[in-house]
Amino acid sequence: MSTKNGNGTAATGGPIGKSVKRVEDKRFTMGHGKFTDDIVLPGQTYAAFVRSQDAHAKILSVDTSAAKAMSGVVAIYTGADVVGVNGVPCGWQVNFKNGNAMKEPKHPLLVADKTRHVGDAIAIVIAESIEEAFDAAQAVNVEYEELPCVVDAFKATQPGAPLVHDDVPNNICFDWVLGNPIEEVNAAMSSATHVTTLEFVNQRLIPNAIEPRCYNSSYDPINDKYTLYTSTQNPHVIRLLMCAFVLGIPEHKVRVISYDVGGGFGSKIFHYTEEALLTWCTKQIGRPVKWTAERKESFLLDAHGRDHITKAEMGFDSNGKIVALRVKTYANLGAYLSTFGSCVPTYLHGTLMQGLYTTPKINIDVTAVFTHTTAVDAYRGAGRPEATYLLERLMDLAAHEMNIDPAELRFRNFIPPFDGINQPGYQTQVALQYDSGNYHAVLEKGLEMLGYEDFRKAQKESANNGKLLGVGFSTYIEACGIAPSAVVGSLGARAGLFEFGQIRVQPTGKVTVYTGAHSHGQGHETTFAQVVADKLGISMDDVEIIHGDTEKIGFGMGSYGSRSIAVGGTAIVKSIEKVIEKGKKIAAHLLEASADDIDFANGNFTVKGTDKSIAFGNVALTAYVPHNYPKDLEPGLDFSSFYDPANFTFPFGCHIAVVEVDKETGQVALKRFIAVDDFGNIINPMIVEGQVHGGVAQGVGQALFEGAEYNDHGQLTNASYMDYCMPRADDFPIFETATQVTPCPHNPLGVKGAGEAGAIGSTPAVVNAVIDALWSGGHEVKDIRMPLTSERVWRAMKN
Amino acid sequence: MSIKITVTVNGVKHTDKVEPRLLLVHYLRDVLRLTGTHVGCDTSGCGACTILVNGKATKSCTMLAVQADKSKITTIEGLATNGELHPLQDAFNQCHGLQCGFCTPGIIMTASDLLKNNKKPSEEEIRVALEGNFCRCTGYENIVKSIQYAADKMSAPRARKTKKEATV
Repeated sequence: MSTKNGNGTAATGGPIGKSVKRVEDKRFTMGHGKFTDDIVLPGQTYAAFVRSQDAHAKILSVDTSAAKAMSGVVAIYTGADVVGVNGVPCGWQVNFKNGNAMKEPKHPLLVADKTRHVGDAIAIVIAESIEEAFDAAQAVNVEYEELPCVVDAFKATQPGAPLVHDDVPNNICFDWVLGNPIEEVNAAMSSATHVTTLEFVNQRLIPNAIEPRCYNSSYDPINDKYTLYTSTQNPHVIRLLMCAFVLGIPEHKVRVISYDVGGGFGSKIFHYTEEALLTWCTKQIGRPVKWTAERKESFLLDAHGRDHITKAEMGFDSNGKIVALRVKTYANLGAYLSTFGSCVPTYLHGTLMQGLYTTPKINIDVTAVFTHTTAVDAYRGAGRPEATYLLERLMDLAAHEMNIDPAELRFRNFIPPFDGINQPGYQTQVALQYDSGNYHAVLEKGLEMLGYEDFRKAQKESANNGKLLGVGFSTYIEACGIAPSAVVGSLGARAGLFEFGQIRVQPTGKVTVYTGAHSHGQGHETTFAQVVADKLGISMDDVEIIHGDTEKIGFGMGSYGSRSIAVGGTAIVKSIEKVIEKGKKIAAHLLEASADDIDFANGNFTVKGTDKSIAFGNVALTAYVPHNYPKDLEPGLDFSSFYDPANFTFPFGCHIAVVEVDKETGQVALKRFIAVDDFGNIINPMIVEGQVHGGVAQGVGQALFEGAEYNDHGQLTNASYMDYCMPRADDFPIFETATQVTPCPHNPLGVKGAGEAGAIGSTPAVVNAVIDALWSGGHEVKDIRMPLTSERVWRAMKN
Repeated sequence: MSIKITVTVNGVKHTDKVEPRLLLVHYLRDVLRLTGTHVGCDTSGCGACTILVNGKATKSCTMLAVQADKSKITTIEGLATNGELHPLQDAFNQCHGLQCGFCTPGIIMTASDLLKNNKKPSEEEIRVALEGNFCRCTGYENIVKSIQYAADKMSAPRARKTKKEATV
């Protein structure tokens, strides 16, 4: 694997580009990680919730009197107690096609009037122990009047459907359109010689970070100061939302800390009601309050992902060139708008409809709908997996229908290579401008790894021995490095999406780095230290990465959207540049030269063309012991930077799945999985490969195993690990991975981000492979609903 | 009503009065403050709470503290000896067998039981042995490699252990 930076120069031989072992591992492997539930504060109390067992019910009465009299109970609050408190906000405003703002019904901390999904919180019980809290919660008596409910996004928009919010007609939060005018797309579609149509469901998924959400909030009345320990992906964002939008607490009076977080995958981005409610409660009772979700609560309350109902049509000319794409999607938002629920099916989904193809006319229409279900928001990939699934399923199906090889069909339609420097970025029909790409090459590499010709021979032979072999392709693109603030602001984001990074050089030349990005498994303590050590020419042992504490870190927007290295890493690089610039001034003074004549390389400041040099550590010491020092220069060597990216980054790649389908049972076995990804430059190949593995496992999980199942009564019928089929170790083959490097042209590291690609590219590859297997057996099947259980595949073969 | 139990955890004897309904995992976490053992679910599904009870991998959320009376328990905190990492702990670092680290203690304890009974497990045997443990981050592949790596180290002659470790 070659590593180049953005302007094409080779890496320095420092830690960048090397598979350095992770520095954070020791505390986890020894059992000394510091997760939120590990923290117990003096005077600790524990919270349990009374939650709705009905999806939609009027609350007639809540009787807490018996519960309040029970042993150990400290306090009980109901919806009536927090009627005057704001609900949790949505961070992205999407407008209706007619320009009106989306509907934003209140998402209260506790419901007082009616429940809108199973698990809606009715009361919080705080006690001396968690057992006493559970006991008392059981004793709270709630009288309900059950109401009819609706769980399906399309049905919810139909006349007569029960309303989730009385003031939201037809349960429509907003409707939205992007791309070319529909008339132009219709005309192009009419000119097509073949149109492939696919109606499908991208099923609802449950993120299932293995660490349940946990919050521990405390209040210091002497200093009027709150501290919230929380399992979040973005502590500063939580502080801002909770202080400014929910509780009206001055931001400087709240410290939010998230030390080790046990996986997020998007589900820990959002500001949840429990965070604000516990913070409200701690002041009421004057003691710390802790809540740890039970797994059932994780199933019922962590924001879910996906849940789209879509009809997509792709038109081709007689040469197999795409002439038009037309899409209609109903996106299920659940009962309430989660923090980024509105932008996932729109700006993270519609904007990816170009894919890797030169499609000249595109129109996507999205209706976002409230239902009596758990809120839906970003889950690994967030909108981009849905877009990729749509496009890549269409491509393989069109190939079958037109009897063109699926790889060949892609080659005919790929956007030609462009590096974003000598060739401009590629302007899509759906708002984005891709930064750099070389799409043919990843597919060629994938076909080579697969041994495509041999595979097709083996496929013909396998049909004779009771098994159907199939191969599925997915050539994906994603928009990462989220995001240029002005761009997202113009699209409705209510926040900037820059990042903060501070380099504090200590007097001895050791470096403490403060980053607004947050690691919950990604290995920032290693990757960021590699960048700093490389750029400053010092040992990684001399670099410490600090994250996850609003009191220590200047600001931060957190980690999601594969943004940590592209945005957070760049903020750090900008601060390093400032350190070096000031260091040159100090070195120039000490070496009696002009700052312009000082070079910095390999940890030494050197006068150009001479052997006069001074080490980084000596310059640092001088900055803090400024006895012999430039006259007009401040002491110290400590810089921070905010970095607002110029564009999104656009990783891409080719995923190929090979499956074997049992003709008798429909059982699918994943035999091979090939991932060729282009993330731009790579800082730590080992960590990046780990990200690919994890993402692919989740994407394959969607294709073959996972899916939230609601019945008509709004009950989530598989809300446990006994019922929701999470992938286990024996569900996967060894993954075959490779990377290609097309540097990002607009950030100094040339990086694009790698966190979500596995989950974005893999799902359609697996489903396409099963469909291909069935076609090879003479079953001309268009679609099988995910997850592809043996029953569903068997039925598809029988019908 | 409380019941007196005596357990030896990581070589240290503890006697405590506990409620009969107290789960072993909560005894370890809340009473002994050994927080390396995690709770990821309440239904024995995820395996994050796996410890060794009398040498056998056991999900400590499935067992009451009173059932552990008179037993010998090893948790993740007790796996290293005299500050030296157990080969599994080192292997997970060498092979990138963890990301967020939440499931890791349970998986390492499960693996330690496996390697006691099967010195040289195949890839398939390792994957089957892990069927009681969820990892949502890694896709399991590097966990499998970590366990293979540790098995190789543990079965190697003593002298070889001091050699510089090859990159995997």
